[in-house]
Amino acid sequence: MLEAFLDALLLQAGYNAALVALGAGLLGVAAGSSGAFLFLRKRALVSDAIAHATLPGVGLAYIVMVMLGGEGRSLPGLLLGSALSAGAGLLAVQWLVARTRLAEDAAIGAVLSVFFGFGIVLLTVIQNMSRGYQAGLEGFLLGSTAGMLFQDALLIAAGGALAVAFTFLFRRPMTITAFDPEFAATAGIDIRRMDLAMMGLVMGVTVIGLKLVGLILIVAMLIIPPVTARLWSERTEHVVLIAGLFGGLSGYLGAALSASAPNLPTGPIIVLIAFSLFVLSLLAAPRRGLLAGARLRQRYRKSLHRHQGLLAIARNDAVRNPATLKLLRREGLIGRDGTATEKGRDLAATAARNEKRWALARQLYTDDVQAGGYDGSRPIEELLTRDAIAQIDERLGEASRDS
Amino acid sequence: MGSEFVQLSLTPMLIGILAAIACALPGNFLVLRRQALIGDAISHVVLPGIVAAFLITGSVSTWPMLLGAAGAAVVAVVLIEAIKRLGRIEPGAAMGVVFTSLFAAGVLLLEQSDTSSVHLDVEHALYGNLESLIWFAAEDWSSLVDSAALRELPPELFRMAGAAFVIALLTLIFWRPLKLSTFDEAFARAVGIPTVAVSLGLVIVSAVAAVAAFDAVGSIIVIAMFICPPAAARLMTNRLERQVFWSIVFATLSAVLGYVLAGYGPLWLGGEHAVSAAGMIATVSGLILALAALFGPHRSRIGAPTGS
Amino acid sequence: MGTTLCLASRERPSLTDPARSPFAISELTVSYGEKPAVLSIDATVPAGSMTAIIGPNGAGKSTLLKAALGMVPRLSGAVTVYGEPVEKSLHRIAYVPQRASVDWDFPTRVIDVVLMGLYRELGLLRPVRARHRERALACLERVGMADFAARQIGQLSGGQQQRVFLARALAQDAELYLLDEPFAGVDAATERAIITVLKDLNAEGRTVICVHHDLATVADYFDHVLLINVRKVAEGPVATAFTPENLQKTYGGRLATAHIDQLKLPAA
Repeated sequence: MLEAFLDALLLQAGYNAALVALGAGLLGVAAGSSGAFLFLRKRALVSDAIAHATLPGVGLAYIVMVMLGGEGRSLPGLLLGSALSAGAGLLAVQWLVARTRLAEDAAIGAVLSVFFGFGIVLLTVIQNMSRGYQAGLEGFLLGSTAGMLFQDALLIAAGGALAVAFTFLFRRPMTITAFDPEFAATAGIDIRRMDLAMMGLVMGVTVIGLKLVGLILIVAMLIIPPVTARLWSERTEHVVLIAGLFGGLSGYLGAALSASAPNLPTGPIIVLIAFSLFVLSLLAAPRRGLLAGARLRQRYRKSLHRHQGLLAIARNDAVRNPATLKLLRREGLIGRDGTATEKGRDLAATAARNEKRWALARQLYTDDVQAGGYDGSRPIEELLTRDAIAQIDERLGEASRDS
Repeated sequence: MGSEFVQLSLTPMLIGILAAIACALPGNFLVLRRQALIGDAISHVVLPGIVAAFLITGSVSTWPMLLGAAGAAVVAVVLIEAIKRLGRIEPGAAMGVVFTSLFAAGVLLLEQSDTSSVHLDVEHALYGNLESLIWFAAEDWSSLVDSAALRELPPELFRMAGAAFVIALLTLIFWRPLKLSTFDEAFARAVGIPTVAVSLGLVIVSAVAAVAAFDAVGSIIVIAMFICPPAAARLMTNRLERQVFWSIVFATLSAVLGYVLAGYGPLWLGGEHAVSAAGMIATVSGLILALAALFGPHRSRIGAPTGS
Repeated sequence: MGTTLCLASRERPSLTDPARSPFAISELTVSYGEKPAVLSIDATVPAGSMTAIIGPNGAGKSTLLKAALGMVPRLSGAVTVYGEPVEKSLHRIAYVPQRASVDWDFPTRVIDVVLMGLYRELGLLRPVRARHRERALACLERVGMADFAARQIGQLSGGQQQRVFLARALAQDAELYLLDEPFAGVDAATERAIITVLKDLNAEGRTVICVHHDLATVADYFDHVLLINVRKVAEGPVATAFTPENLQKTYGGRLATAHIDQLKLPAA
């Protein structure tokens, strides 16, 4: 199995497997990066409505093509239909939110269930039409990679490239809209159009991904990589890039893994790999990860002990807390005999001055959570602006003159 | 007509109505609390729940599956909450991560296990098989008083009726705390209502409704009935009591009209076969919502739109 | 300062000519559902003024600004900027929304927020060059936040966030500055830094309009006021319009007379 996996990974597992792996990788990149903006706009689940709303379009396109005497299963035709009905679903969500009192979550839920239900009705109509002949449209529910053609891969590649290019082109207005729509409106950005563009982009990716992973699981490819990427970076561009990377990685690895053994359907495997990457990131990501959080708390506790110890030194009190004592000794702030070293006295003086500054800051700053929560764990310059510190020092000067 | 109706249509229609009402009742509160998509999430994770139950017990009997599905719903809600808090992720995205992943796990489990001998597949999970829940032993209307025939009623009917009854009862008993904590959670907490327990209870009741209905009619009706009838009802009135009443009316209407249209609509149009009743019920509920959004007396918002 | 401007406006009545005003509103009405938030308000802000929009909570102050800028649909009314429709003049305006209106956990750094102010210049594709960065840094310097340029915005305190928003508006280099409650919930040092920057902008000849809630500072900070409570109550130079009678009319019983006495009101 491992050998088969490596073969698939290196595109040595046959023509079809290689096509699927490349296609899934490209789709992952496109889905991750375009889904990132929807996530940052806090509308990740709109993709759920878009995806479910593709189904009636697939059904209608099939019926129309058969009625016109065609084959009915032509992929471009089906995808065109799905795009049209997904677009209708999107507009329905927008309309319900703008024109009625319903909140967006209710609008999303209503559209996804009704469109999907109507799609199911159409699928049964098609079943009846073709009388036992399998139209194979069920493949759009969960995706199917069997018999993927070169043209299909080409379609995914072209669509994916287009989506990535579009994301790059509109990255600035989409970022501004996601962060601060009110400002965006005055900065010359048409928010409505930008929202539609954002969702249209996601719709495009959904449509090209339908065949490969199906309409239910494409939602995962649009949401999970951006959420994962958010854990790794505090900058929008990086979140988008990393989301594309994780998406591509999940797609490629998932397709390779599914090609290496029977009964491993591509879509679910891709999603589960994306989820595993998410769980790993939740544990290990710097700053936002759980391990980093634990480390931070540890360091925080240490700095609290150090600060309390230094303040005691400044007051010429004896340090009693054994943990504090141990820490101060280890850091060379206090000698074996329990008296402060030169370095310790220096730091103690700084700590005492900062403590005074903060005591005053707490009075001056009504808004500042940080001022209230000061614990000596971070230098004052990191938390307050220079003019604020200057103001405090000015007052401190006055206070010492008065006394 | 009479005998055919009683035999083929009466029980599916009743089950459809009961399922619709069982979902619409908690749906009212979900919609008002902006948690409509919890219903969506729950109905997606029902699949891994029943597959897991099947893998453990090796059979497709009712109780293990109900427990498995309810368990999966609770696991999903706990996971969503954990991801929201630990990763500082907004609720919608956290929900999206959890239910798609669990659904994928369900599909994978299903593919990996040998379910060829039993009737368990993704399509069935999505849109159920309402049409097959016929009352085979019925002759005509008189069978309603025939104890032998009554014993042959499809078990789904009793299960669904039981679930609907329990849910209605719970809604009545906990009406006040539900209403208060939905309207003003902080106030509710201040007057001593355990709001966390209330919202968890609401989720569990929703899961029970989803699971019971899902077994008979598939998850697509479940999502539609959680959201569409309450949402349409919200546009009809500004009073919670009336909203719940309207939602029951709309749910019943959707079930009846949807079932009739699915069964007889194609015949009227010259077709020979019925179409999916579950899909049609969802479609009708959507049409009702669209009408309410266009003409409902309380369709527009009071005050500033929230969010952007 | 109020008196000089008052004199100036008497000498040059054209200042109140809507065609020359940087911000003129006529019969603006906004309603949410059937409840009006702003009712038929006329206002002509003089060029080069420091104007405060004042009124109680729910009086429609923020709504007035948002509707004027087209963010909230107007039921009726027209808004002009130097005689041109506001829609065509957005490039002359810098708007500073309320701090609470955005998600401060958004993945972006202080400098990136300020660079957003250069969007009109950068457009979709023009790369961010060193001179853009320098300009953004200079704007941060003006509000005393240059040391925080690389910080994630979520790590800032409320006052610091407000300064970043102001720096972004400075980067826009506009003729008209519209600020929604810039002093709400900020510390004393920040309030001082912000008003210094606003007065500098004003001294450069730019018009500044603030939604403002602290009556005690009105006379110190502003020279022109617009008092509203859904409808317009009064408008004019601080010296003539910011009077106890007008405040009583604006706030009704919500303003105690004792409170009014403490205000630095112009001698009526």
